[in-house]
Amino acid sequence: MTETVAQVLAALRSGALSAREAVQTALDRIAACEPAIAAFLAIRADAALAEAGRMDDARARGITPGPLAGLPIGVKDLICEHNIECTCASRILKGYLPPYDATVIARLRAAGAIPVGRLNMDEFAMGSSTEHSAFQLTRNPWDTARIPGGSSGGSAAAVAAREVPFALGSDTGGSIRQPASFCGVTGLKPTYGRVSRYGLVAYASSLDQIGPMALTAEDIALTLPFLAGHDTHDSTSADMPVPDYAGELCHGVKGLKIGVPKEYFVVGIDAEVEHAVRAAISQFSHLGAEVVEVSLPHTEYAIATYYIIATAEASSNLERYDGIHYGHRSASARSLPEVYAKSRREGFGLEVIRRIILGTYVLSAGYYDAYYLKALKVRTLIRQDFDRAFNQVDLLVTPTAPTPAFAFGEKMNDPLQMYLADIFTVSVNLAGIPGLSLPCGFSKAGLPIGVQLLAKPFAEDTLLQAGHAYQEATDHHRRRPPLCGGKED
Amino acid sequence: MSARDSVVYAARLARIELSNADLDAFAPHLQEILAYVGKLNQLDTAGVEPTAHVVPLRNVTAADTVTPSLDRAQALQSAPRTRDGFFAIPAVIE
Amino acid sequence: MSSLQPVIGLEVHVQLSTATKMFCRCRNRFGDPPNTNVCPVCLGLPGSLPVANCQAIEYGMKAGLVLNCSIARFSKFDRKNYFYPDLPKNYQISQYDLPMCGTGWLDADVHGERTRFGITRVHLEEDAGKLVHDNPGGESLVDLNRAGTPLLEIVSEPDMRSPEEAYAYLTTLRQLISYLGISDCTMEEGSLRCDANVSIRPQGSKTLGTKVEIKNMNSFKSVEKALAYEIRRQTAAVESGEPIVQETRLFDAATEKTSPMRSKEQAHDYRYFPDPDLVPLTFSDEQVARWRAELPEAPGARKTRFVTAFELSAYDAAVLTADRACADYFEEVVRAGAPAKPAANWIANNLLAKLNEEQRSIVTCPITPVHMAAMILMVERKEISSTNAKNDVFPELFSSGKPPADIAAAKGLAQVCDTGQIDLWVRQAIERNPDSLASLREGKVKAAGKIVGAVMQASKGKANPALVNARLRVILGTDHGITLP
Repeated sequence: MTETVAQVLAALRSGALSAREAVQTALDRIAACEPAIAAFLAIRADAALAEAGRMDDARARGITPGPLAGLPIGVKDLICEHNIECTCASRILKGYLPPYDATVIARLRAAGAIPVGRLNMDEFAMGSSTEHSAFQLTRNPWDTARIPGGSSGGSAAAVAAREVPFALGSDTGGSIRQPASFCGVTGLKPTYGRVSRYGLVAYASSLDQIGPMALTAEDIALTLPFLAGHDTHDSTSADMPVPDYAGELCHGVKGLKIGVPKEYFVVGIDAEVEHAVRAAISQFSHLGAEVVEVSLPHTEYAIATYYIIATAEASSNLERYDGIHYGHRSASARSLPEVYAKSRREGFGLEVIRRIILGTYVLSAGYYDAYYLKALKVRTLIRQDFDRAFNQVDLLVTPTAPTPAFAFGEKMNDPLQMYLADIFTVSVNLAGIPGLSLPCGFSKAGLPIGVQLLAKPFAEDTLLQAGHAYQEATDHHRRRPPLCGGKED
Repeated sequence: MSARDSVVYAARLARIELSNADLDAFAPHLQEILAYVGKLNQLDTAGVEPTAHVVPLRNVTAADTVTPSLDRAQALQSAPRTRDGFFAIPAVIE
Repeated sequence: MSSLQPVIGLEVHVQLSTATKMFCRCRNRFGDPPNTNVCPVCLGLPGSLPVANCQAIEYGMKAGLVLNCSIARFSKFDRKNYFYPDLPKNYQISQYDLPMCGTGWLDADVHGERTRFGITRVHLEEDAGKLVHDNPGGESLVDLNRAGTPLLEIVSEPDMRSPEEAYAYLTTLRQLISYLGISDCTMEEGSLRCDANVSIRPQGSKTLGTKVEIKNMNSFKSVEKALAYEIRRQTAAVESGEPIVQETRLFDAATEKTSPMRSKEQAHDYRYFPDPDLVPLTFSDEQVARWRAELPEAPGARKTRFVTAFELSAYDAAVLTADRACADYFEEVVRAGAPAKPAANWIANNLLAKLNEEQRSIVTCPITPVHMAAMILMVERKEISSTNAKNDVFPELFSSGKPPADIAAAKGLAQVCDTGQIDLWVRQAIERNPDSLASLREGKVKAAGKIVGAVMQASKGKANPALVNARLRVILGTDHGITLP
């Protein structure tokens, strides 16, 4: 089987698989699965094969290939690739060609990874189901009547369907972890500042992070070093050494203390989710970790805090889409005010407009103190909750989402209901700590359930070690969606 | 301000043209969300410092050394309308 | 006439002369073809991020120190949100509630009186691009080369009470800033811009009247005129019972009047909030002390030193130190060997006038300090006459850049100091100017000038003027029995 990053890289390095073959395999799987799931907004078969061909030729000439040479990857459509259309799943950026590469893209390509296409998402990363894409619906490979999660729904679905072994996602309030959990794959939101945001189209600047999505914690450990590290183009990027995640992976969890935040089990979680997550907690116990109860008392305020801060920053970040320098300009605009007002109304989807309105309002004169400033203070309290918890424990374990994947349209009528489903993920972005979602079971209906591990800043190594230990002892991550033949590895 | 007025005000600041149907659709949502997020006011935050940045970084600056700019064709390649190397817009009176 | 007192505050924006822009490393340079000094950051492209220019921060801090401002130990950048086509992100990165520098002051000379004006704050921000109007086809055009240029905003307290005080504040501020070498600060070139806030109130009142903002003043003189007009307008309004509308008015240099802006926009709601893409700035005492130690000599101190060390008059010292480049030039000329007083005269009287005529600044002066000193020394050593120096050597020095000795030699300008030759010329001149001789007999001393002039002409300027005067005095005595006082 060559479907995980580890397997594909091993085959590429040994020569059992050529770069051309690796890319062709991905393209074949994409062709087979896309009619059912529509994870990709754009695929560049010819360019990817040509690039793979060049790599194979170079290798034949004796040039040492890069460490990721030949690895086909998918890119969420809000990470800039030079001269490749970047729409953020929005009409306002249809046709937009960035004249530069995001730092993570430059690093991955320098290592030899080959992007094969652009992945669907909620417009401007605002959503939890990918239903807010302006262009197409992406379907959950486990049940195509259900959403894949969001906003990195395309990335999660593509990895789950084994179209590509690796995809880049982004996470502002759970947008990597929740779709990973709904699609039965592994996803990491790194510590804020661990991965450069240069080239990531901004939604909420103090919360956004680019992160890896793959089938295993080991895959994440193998690819994270190419994403992580200081970038002089990003003033918020941390200048901290990058650990040898893969080399240190087999640490295990013996002697680790894992905290279970009691507030995360009080909310109305689906019974099957709770069951699967508690089973995972027991598993960690069996593996030698000490499990204790902890408290994160400000949990109930996290969603309110998140939606104030995120929409405020988004309302400002999205002001640049004005029909003048790039993007959509309304054909019926006759004056400058109309260029702005009509282009933005035509170009943005309703959820984006809703968040811009909310964010503009909470920053406006007279309301700044009551909403925005207040939220910044509660953010401090939430961070302090985690600081205190990590003084007692090394890791925290929670469900990733309160339910498995829901059906299309189920939450579209009531935006607030959609927002409330983010309860387990938003605090993590507010505090800036890293979070890993792992498959930990399935509902009776066969829908994946995810467990979330949290650690203190820059402790991705501990997260991945725990994740790897769990995946060595379980096989939820090896189960494949019916779409791909339903057979296990 | 009523929720509808709030939407009108915010939409004007945000330069988004909203029809009456839009306003009818957004106003109740805004009201509901604002009521929800307003629950933060239950919390006593006296003496709590706001967190504007989660990273403890300070003084991140760059040296004053020129690096190459984009060539103009690239800078303008996605512009809806250009003329003679400029971005073009309907006439503005200042 | 009025018991009403004007209250004026000035907001000055200074473009910093860093090599690169405030938040990206595009070239900070005027005059290039449109949209050629741009990158994803200053274009505001999706996914771009700002990185602060440390030189701009240093320049800003030094300006704050020179203006005696309190230095913030903790400062941050904020976003000022508003839509305009010259602002690619539709927000400007600026500083709102925690600026780099707090309250300070400067002392300006108002009609000979030293007057202190308060400064409220100094902060850094990025400039917008340029809009070009009046194009065929009814379109406006946007050039973003200037977008992202570092700007220093200096806000004064509303301490000025007259247009003259505002003018004095501006010229002093400009001098202080130019002394730091951080900006060209020329209003005509746009590297220094000024907006004013004007209100009036009854004398003795402590509350402020309704404030009117005045924009579109393109020179210091315009500022003075705009303020004069606006004060007259507001005074007339108040005296006839009309309320003052809080508004923004534009100055028209042609009519010398202010009028309300055409677009009646509502007051902006800028929704300031801390920019999440930039981290805060902290300044240690050590860093501030280092910057303070690096400050160049202030203009006032330099003027005093010129008076004491070089024995110049206060007037000459003021002329030379008005502009730092000029003061630097003078000191280099002295360092190159010229005596101070003649150097001061030459620069203040001859060089500056010539530069002005040619519309050049002393920064691009074609005469090197070494050559200037050499020419002055030639005169001091009597190798050439001062007349020849002024009329023959100096102009060619300015246009050709050749060493003065070469110019003098080529023109055969060696000064004549031979008494015999001079006596010959003097006697000839007396003979040819009998009217002057007659006047001199009558005691009209000024008539000597014509005779000296005639000698200079006969000698083609080469005669040593002092010697000519001395010999004329002697010859008038011995040949004609005339004694000059």
